[in-house]
Amino acid sequence: MSKIEIKNFNLYYTNFHALKDININIEDRRITTIIGPSGCGKSTLLRSINRINDTIEGVHTTGEINIYDENIYDENTDVDILRRNVGMVFQRPNPFPISIYENVAFGLRVNRISTSRSIISETVEKSLKAVLLWDNIKDRLYKSALSLTLEEQQRLCIARVIAVVPHIILLDEPCSSLDPVAIQKIEELIIQLKDRYTIIIVTHNMQQAARVSNDTAFMLFGKLIEFDKTEKIFTNPSKKETEDYVSGRFG
Amino acid sequence: MIRLSPKLSQKFSYLILFLATTLAITPVIVIIFIIVKNGMSVINWEFLASMPKNGMRDGGVLPAIVGTFVIVTCTIILTLPTGLCAAIYLNEYARDNIFARVIKLGILNLAGVPSVVYGLFGFGIFVMFLKLGVSIIAGALTLSIMELPVIITTSRNALNSVPYSFREASWALGVSRWQTIRHIVLPNALPGIMTGAVLSIARISGETAPILFTAAAFYVPHLPHSIFDQVMTLPYHLYIISTQIPNMPNNIIFGTALILLVMVLAISFVAIFVRIYFRKHRKW
Ligand SMILES: Nc1ncnc2c1ncn2[C@@H]1O[C@H](COP(=O)(O)OP(=O)(O)O)[C@@H](O)[C@H]1O
Ligand SMILES: [Mg+2]
Repeated sequence: MSKIEIKNFNLYYTNFHALKDININIEDRRITTIIGPSGCGKSTLLRSINRINDTIEGVHTTGEINIYDENIYDENTDVDILRRNVGMVFQRPNPFPISIYENVAFGLRVNRISTSRSIISETVEKSLKAVLLWDNIKDRLYKSALSLTLEEQQRLCIARVIAVVPHIILLDEPCSSLDPVAIQKIEELIIQLKDRYTIIIVTHNMQQAARVSNDTAFMLFGKLIEFDKTEKIFTNPSKKETEDYVSGRFG
Repeated sequence: MIRLSPKLSQKFSYLILFLATTLAITPVIVIIFIIVKNGMSVINWEFLASMPKNGMRDGGVLPAIVGTFVIVTCTIILTLPTGLCAAIYLNEYARDNIFARVIKLGILNLAGVPSVVYGLFGFGIFVMFLKLGVSIIAGALTLSIMELPVIITTSRNALNSVPYSFREASWALGVSRWQTIRHIVLPNALPGIMTGAVLSIARISGETAPILFTAAAFYVPHLPHSIFDQVMTLPYHLYIISTQIPNMPNNIIFGTALILLVMVLAISFVAIFVRIYFRKHRKW
């Protein structure tokens, strides 16, 4: 049984057909990357998995996305609970303009997942340790999150997601605003997180896809062209478009 | 056509811009100067804290100060929550449909309606139809209707200044729309909302036309007892003593104007300080 099963999925921005008949099965505890040229619908697909696209006016969809056999586009789905289970990290680090501690505690507090001070503190510590940020900042937990470097901010954003205990983590080009050293560190972190979470990353950086992922999906003009083991996609793809793209002939 | 050298034309345009600026602020300075010069002599504790005497030709302006304060307070208590809720609805909830568009257009246009029209409207609705009589509450309701579009507009601008990425980050954590507004949007929009509210207070403190037929009294021998009383207010009192009373001593007229001026300027300065303070402590 696969964890995320996308079936005949279509998405329209008002009249623009952005995702065309997507079919894909994503397995548990693996890292999947979505690659493809800019504007091909990578973010749109990722943002469909936690239904954050719903907040954009004019978006409508057909087809299904099943997570553990439940169609998240069913009308009975509670999107707030869905989004707690399926965390998301954005392209630009977007910590709230409050303290580091409060950023991580935010989801727990506001969603009333826990009201006990000690449990919240424990979760904050655990989450910050999970993103390898704890040792750096344990002395300045109450400083503004915006005083951190961009890399640290992105780590904090991941910690903020981890704190509400998701099963799946979606990352939309999480390294695009970082420098090479920071990118390497974030990649290492993502690989570490694989043991506990199912991870989907959008990237337009093919080296990154090759370095971190188990499976790779290649998209073009709103369609899923090919989905396979990363190794296969990069060494021996079955579609010509994929080969052209990974060998750098376009995009 | 004469061609000036670049250097000369630079000097020339500088001069014109400088003169235009001077022209714009000179009247303000002259007005303030005249009011201070003629009114300063009557300002003392007695003038601020006692009732008018001798057909207003003597004594103080206490009831007008109290009246203005009360009516402005009532107005802002009515307007701010209503306006803020409307702004939240329009910005954070309303989809871009005909209904929302009509309301937005209406708000833009209402802001341009002359204030005397609001005065007549308030007289018709609140004083006559709802039988509130000429009273503080009728005046405050009229002023509220007038100020509501302004409060909605400034609140919407403040809400819009909160980055969309904060909202998205919060929704993505499974936080509902309302909780996101309460915990993320409002705290970050608060400085802008407060600045707008304070500037509105300054504006309504000086308004005469909307309360002319709805709240203002020529003379009331006591301070207001309830919101159903008529009141004296500073702008209306100023109008009366400068036009309706023969042999009115000039310095009392200018003294009253000075108090109104200082009050409005002081409130505006508060708004400016609030804005500077929050801009310095702004976190993004
Ligand atoms: N909010 C939106 N409204 C309308 N069109 C959009 C919106 N967001 C994205 N699109 C369009 O959908 C297509 C896919 O966008 P996106 O998923 O962001 O691509 P990618 O992440 O692969 O660069 C693009 O053509 C883009 O212009
Ligand atoms: Mg994208």
